[in-house]
Amino acid sequence: MASQLITVHDQDNVAVAPRDFKKGENLQRPGGPALVALTDIPRGHKVALADLAAQAPIVKYGEVIGRAKEAIRPGEWVHTHNLMPVEKE
Amino acid sequence: METFLGFERPDGSAGIRNHVAVIPSVACANGVVAAIARAVPQVVPLYHGHGCGRAVENAMHTRVLANLGRHPNVSAVLVVGLGCEMIKAEGLAAQIALSQKPVAHLEIQQLGGTRRATAQGIEIVTGLLADAARLERRPLPLDRIRLGLECGGSDAFSGLTANPGVGRVSDWLVDRGGTVILTEDTEMIGTSHILQRRACNPEVAGRIGAMVAEAEQLTDDLLGPLAAYVIAPGNMDGGMSSIQEKSLGCIVKSGSRPITQVVEYGQVPDAKGVVLMDGPGYDTESMTGLAAAGCQAMLFTTGRGTPVGYPIVPVIKVASTSTLYRHMEDDMDVDAGVVLDGTPLDTLGRSIQQLLARVLDGEPTKAEVNRQEGIVCMYTLHPAF
Repeated sequence: MASQLITVHDQDNVAVAPRDFKKGENLQRPGGPALVALTDIPRGHKVALADLAAQAPIVKYGEVIGRAKEAIRPGEWVHTHNLMPVEKE
Repeated sequence: METFLGFERPDGSAGIRNHVAVIPSVACANGVVAAIARAVPQVVPLYHGHGCGRAVENAMHTRVLANLGRHPNVSAVLVVGLGCEMIKAEGLAAQIALSQKPVAHLEIQQLGGTRRATAQGIEIVTGLLADAARLERRPLPLDRIRLGLECGGSDAFSGLTANPGVGRVSDWLVDRGGTVILTEDTEMIGTSHILQRRACNPEVAGRIGAMVAEAEQLTDDLLGPLAAYVIAPGNMDGGMSSIQEKSLGCIVKSGSRPITQVVEYGQVPDAKGVVLMDGPGYDTESMTGLAAAGCQAMLFTTGRGTPVGYPIVPVIKVASTSTLYRHMEDDMDVDAGVVLDGTPLDTLGRSIQQLLARVLDGEPTKAEVNRQEGIVCMYTLHPAF
């Protein structure tokens, strides 16, 4: 059963769950320290790899995909409840 | 210089297949084209639904049909017209002949109906096939390759496995002087500023901005409050949190190299490198744009699973998950789902690239084996009259 998180770009501060994870499960990431899932994380969804302050850019594909609505801890699920879309340029 | 084994055409382009195409200038000629193809099954019929009854699209459809005839994978062409249509067989044949390949045309009304037109068509294509069979593959430089990038029936993992894997292949080809064409404007919405940063000059950046803004406006105009749903619910459930995230998952197919040109639907680019083509997200119409732009092969990523190929262009299907790959193995060429089991994206990219190299040299794709040729679907903007 795959438990390794997927990252697309070296600069990303979120990774993607290849399967459903339960709160408390160990998450592995290539080349980084292990994380513990602080929440349930659904398959295909994102998990924070680092401490993200409120307003901090959330980076996937090496690009900003949104900002943190509130402080997000490593191992926490990241989705529309805690990610604000960036305004149109 | 790295090479592949292709067919050199009189205009200097390089084919990876050696088809004799039969092109109806108008939908009314499809029946005669079909009769010729039944009698001589080695030809490739390019059935379509247009050629008359339109004003705005005529120039675009003429360009697309002419460019399909001039396509490097096509060795020779027979154009079949009716006689009273707007896009005439003779004019279309003359445009295709600019590529200096053998081109013939006939008109059903002038010849006196289906049987006589079919008989003459059979005689013509028999001669064209005999000439085509004498051509041989030889080593040609990879910088003559244009690769079309397509996604259709995407799922939550397309942007994580298949598309970034294809992005690796795009970088590989562009670094060898080749060209990749990214299209489907609707799937670039929200990422204008990111694409513009990759533009090779301010003019290209301006064209990218205008193209994506127009796609966004068109989506709003046609769908109103439903526009957001083109992008939203399935994607959100699948883990997409913003339009940027969803679109980045699509544009990652184009890799990371500079964007050198923006072209119209079905227009052949002059530039090499990464090219953006203005075109719809609907995959069958999008593939026609890519084929007309001269792409000799396409990489097509899919999450839900689609079997479609293209009559004159080998299409390589990249499945986003191993579940899909196993479920539709007849149609899928690559299992990108291995990334979810820990295979690095670079490793996936290399295996797609190695398959592409074999396909350029002549190995058939699953869509070719399955004869997934279908019809030529062309983009339209307005109703017919």
